[in-house]
Amino acid sequence: MQHLAIFPILIPMLAAVFMLLPPLGNSVTRHRIFAVSMMIILVIASAVLLLTSHQQGTQVYVLGGWQPPFGITLVADRLSTMMVLLTSVLGLGAQLYACAGDDNEGMFFHPLFMFQIMGVNGAFLTGDIFNLFVFFEVLLIASYALLIHGGGKQKTKANVHYVILNLVGSSIFLFALGILYGTLGSLNIEDMAQKVRLLDGNQQALVKTGGLLLLVVFGLKAALLPLHFWLPKTYAAASAPVAALFAIMTKVGVYSILRVHTTLFGEDAGALASIAVPWLWPLALLTLIMGAIGVLASPNLRLTAANLVIVSVGTLMLAIAMQREAATAAALYYIIHSTLVTGALFLIADLIGKHRGKAEDRYVIARNMNHSTIIGIVFFIAALTVVGMPPLSGFAGKILILQAAQGMTEIAWVWPAVLLAGLASLVAISRAGTTLFWRSKGDANVAEPISKLKLIAIGLLLCASPMLVVFGGAVTDYTSLAAAQLHDSSALVDTVPLGGNQ
Amino acid sequence: MEAIYAFCVGILTTCGFFLVLRGRTFTVVIGLTLLSYAVNLFLFASGRLTLDGAAVLGQSEQYSDPLPQALVLTAIVIGFAMTAFAVILAMRSRADQGNDHVDGQIPDKSKKTSASVKRNS
Repeated sequence: MQHLAIFPILIPMLAAVFMLLPPLGNSVTRHRIFAVSMMIILVIASAVLLLTSHQQGTQVYVLGGWQPPFGITLVADRLSTMMVLLTSVLGLGAQLYACAGDDNEGMFFHPLFMFQIMGVNGAFLTGDIFNLFVFFEVLLIASYALLIHGGGKQKTKANVHYVILNLVGSSIFLFALGILYGTLGSLNIEDMAQKVRLLDGNQQALVKTGGLLLLVVFGLKAALLPLHFWLPKTYAAASAPVAALFAIMTKVGVYSILRVHTTLFGEDAGALASIAVPWLWPLALLTLIMGAIGVLASPNLRLTAANLVIVSVGTLMLAIAMQREAATAAALYYIIHSTLVTGALFLIADLIGKHRGKAEDRYVIARNMNHSTIIGIVFFIAALTVVGMPPLSGFAGKILILQAAQGMTEIAWVWPAVLLAGLASLVAISRAGTTLFWRSKGDANVAEPISKLKLIAIGLLLCASPMLVVFGGAVTDYTSLAAAQLHDSSALVDTVPLGGNQ
Repeated sequence: MEAIYAFCVGILTTCGFFLVLRGRTFTVVIGLTLLSYAVNLFLFASGRLTLDGAAVLGQSEQYSDPLPQALVLTAIVIGFAMTAFAVILAMRSRADQGNDHVDGQIPDKSKKTSASVKRNS
């Protein structure tokens, strides 16, 4: 199928537009059925795209037939298709959970959700750095609206900070793009990667500025240390399905750093090779430590989950800073694991909050919880996974990252930091579990049934964890191939035909 | 020409960042607008400044790079939409929080003075 590569962008966009039109508009039930069925189609399309690009090589979709580097391309290689499939699965889980009632708190939940998915998928698939900016804006404006969906003081307050920060981030992004275009004369990532090697001294300084400005922007999205302060409050204020979907948003930043600073400023970039690495090392370590402190200090489960997102970003950044294939492969495995499990954890936090009456998900003594058995089981599985205990995927992911550090001098930093952050998460999550489930007194609140859809949604996200271990061999083979593709700059030249200017 | 142009972009950016760092949402929105002006001018200059140069080949002896013009158009549209959203959000925040401070509350300075006023009276 020639047009397969654009489907992950087209399907959510058309779905969102159709939901605004009269036959589907104004009826939540019709929205739900339509949105979920479109999402299932999207998951299937992403899976087919992943298989196609895995077996037949990178799929390059040239929009409008304008050949690169002048036209705009979508590049579906192993890494981007993997991220697209991950987004679709996470989106399906969050959406099923929302269908149980959270989508009814305001209007147009499902169209906004679809636009957000479109932006995220587009950011993963695009091979053009200006289009990366455009898709960033698409996903951001959808996320602004989703964050405030349902209204409330907390949400407005969090949203003001989030919007202002990201608007400043967008301006910096454009400054960086202006610098890069002014010196390199191209916006196609593969083309830029080739031109970076041919620069003279003055231009190198300019391009370095541009590249590091991009690191600031992506660091803001990924919640890297000095730019992470917005994350915990924002994620804790958002409604549960939105917070679960936002678990992929930090990964968009991580992906962009991976793409730009391995392809564009990779090992072959001459004097500009690995310009981000001296910054990434200390920032990643400090992010990990700050995340661990945040996890220990959180007063409720939502904030704990938000801080666990920061811990996962720190771990991923450590793996990226290593700049070697094995580490990138490990990071990709860890991305799949951490996105799905933190998404599930946000949903579980909401479920617990709904069944504890006024205490919500705060760590205080409260009345007994209804349905504590089933909620306890899913919490236990999620906790084991997110902390990184065997036999679930968190353990495998951490082992891979620790193994990848072997033979480097930085191992003295990586191992203690990752292991101590794991210990901090273990302590915090155990305390959370004992307080939430065991330290209770008095009768239960009025029994309120758990919606089946919510359990299905959480189950869907959580079952990924054992699957990642059972099919661990296949997954790690795939991530190694994806990492090899990302690091091998000569492969890109073959896949993306650069006509015209050669 | 380049020096004046660069000076203008620099002034706009500086003012933009200064205003964004202020405490009230109105000045922040003005700051964001100035920043987006600066960015648009900057992007426009990334194709180099030429006088009397058409963006179409064959129309004039010198031609200017059409791509930055397309990029600026995109950036203007996006910046405009984002500013509109920021304005609406600022008004919503004013209504929800009861004041127009970005943190949702008037900072300590006024609290201290009001406390000292109470103590004095």
